[in-house]
Amino acid sequence: MSGLPDGIERREFDGHERLSTRGEPVYGEPTDGEWRCWDAGRSKLGAMLETGMDVDLSGGESVLYLGAASGTTVSHVADFAGPTYAIEFAPRPVRDLIGVAEDRSNLFPLLKDARKPETYAHIVEADLDLLVQDVATRGQAAVAVNNAQFLADEGQLCLAVKARSEDVTADPETVFEEVREEVAAAYEIVDSRRLEPFHDDHLGIVARKR
Amino acid sequence: MTEHATERGWFADLDPGSVDGARAAIDDGSAAEPADWPQRAIESGFADSEADYYELLQEATVAATRATVVDREQADDKQLLHAVRAMDDADRTANELAERLAEWAGTLFDDVGTGVDAARQLAEREPASPLEARVISLAGRVDDLATEADELRTFIERQAPEVAPNLCEMAGAVLAARLIALAGGLEGLAKKPSGTVQVLGAEDALFAHLAGRGSSPKHGIIYTHEYVSGTRPEDRGSASRALAGKLSIAARIDHYSGKRRPEIHAELDDRMSTIRARAKDDDASAEGDQ
Ligand SMILES: C[S@@+](CC[C@H](N)C(=O)[O-])C[C@H]1O[C@@H](n2cnc3c(N)ncnc32)[C@H](O)[C@@H]1O
Repeated sequence: MSGLPDGIERREFDGHERLSTRGEPVYGEPTDGEWRCWDAGRSKLGAMLETGMDVDLSGGESVLYLGAASGTTVSHVADFAGPTYAIEFAPRPVRDLIGVAEDRSNLFPLLKDARKPETYAHIVEADLDLLVQDVATRGQAAVAVNNAQFLADEGQLCLAVKARSEDVTADPETVFEEVREEVAAAYEIVDSRRLEPFHDDHLGIVARKR
Repeated sequence: MTEHATERGWFADLDPGSVDGARAAIDDGSAAEPADWPQRAIESGFADSEADYYELLQEATVAATRATVVDREQADDKQLLHAVRAMDDADRTANELAERLAEWAGTLFDDVGTGVDAARQLAEREPASPLEARVISLAGRVDDLATEADELRTFIERQAPEVAPNLCEMAGAVLAARLIALAGGLEGLAKKPSGTVQVLGAEDALFAHLAGRGSSPKHGIIYTHEYVSGTRPEDRGSASRALAGKLSIAARIDHYSGKRRPEIHAELDDRMSTIRARAKDDDASAEGDQ
């Protein structure tokens, strides 16, 4: 894996080396001074970093985050990144997400549907450095492809794919292969790996916009 | 970037440096594709600098999103209100029809019972005549209606905790939905004093009392809660007061913050143990008197 940026450090929590970022705590995670533990078991992006995937981060990135839920992962992203747009379509988790954004001046919460980029293209800026996606609903590859328009050329995609969201009965490997093929329409895949032991039947994909 | 020149950012119609009116722009605006909005905002004079732009953007997105979430959840509580009323109607109609059916079917078959379950069994039969076909078809309608009521209940049990987590934990999903429906919505319930919550659903008795007929009702629909119905009659007034007080608090938390608050549930449990301990004390002293 490429080295960690300034805003992310491995530190010791409860006797284990774990990822951490600097910011206000959000979900009861252990802290060490200003640093807050980034729990890879609760975050697919955390698991992608923890499993050593080829994610290229330098800190200060401009980011679009799809499927922000109550803000567990996007809070860490906003800690090390620059302007961070967080999209979530379910009202209830967004209440918590707003609380997370209030403590982070670079986090912009939006109640929008990631399948309809035109409903937020008047807010989210073009030429972003990073697209993180964890929507866990059917059609995950199409969402990644349709949101490629927000990325700069060579912009990076970190995509978490949940096999069961596409097809509960299919073999996860079959689902993953289909998703990889569909994603390749707009991106060049740099790395793809399963996120066990942190998340069962999830695939992480790192890719660059073509 | 001339190709983007026709697209308008969320700030296009706002006064420079102000987020008044931003909510409509954020919620309802759109663009065919993104553009360099921070740069555009500076060029158009909306923001002085990139830092200034992001500050305005954050103020606007947090405020707009917060307001929209509240509206959307209120829309959800209205759906719950319709669902619980529909469930009650479906239930009542199924039972009424089942009664009619039992009366009719009893003239044709000698082994039919009464109620929805009996109708379900009847619906399985093969008709031997056009007359039986009518009766059995009617049984099928009862079955359908009762199934619909069950499915509505399942829907409410899934949906209500989304809308009102604390109220559901305290009252169960169906009673929570009934209270919301009786108050006309979660906001209405949150704004009612607990004395009103205590008698919601007992309006007839309350009006009779106010008109000088009958005693004041101690409880309305919350009677169906075990904490009231399972308490001995002389303590039911205290029990329903305590329950209504905490239900009001739960409704307010659900409406204004939406976060689960374990303390209020523990407080109610404590209060109820105290009330119920009275019955045990009385029993003990009654035995002591003998
Ligand atoms: C697995 S959760 C995300 C967890 C989050 N990424 C984290 O690690 O903190 C998936 C979220 O995506 C949201 N989601 C699903 N489909 C969506 C869509 N089309 N647009 C926006 N959000 C969506 C769901 O409501 C849910 O909150």
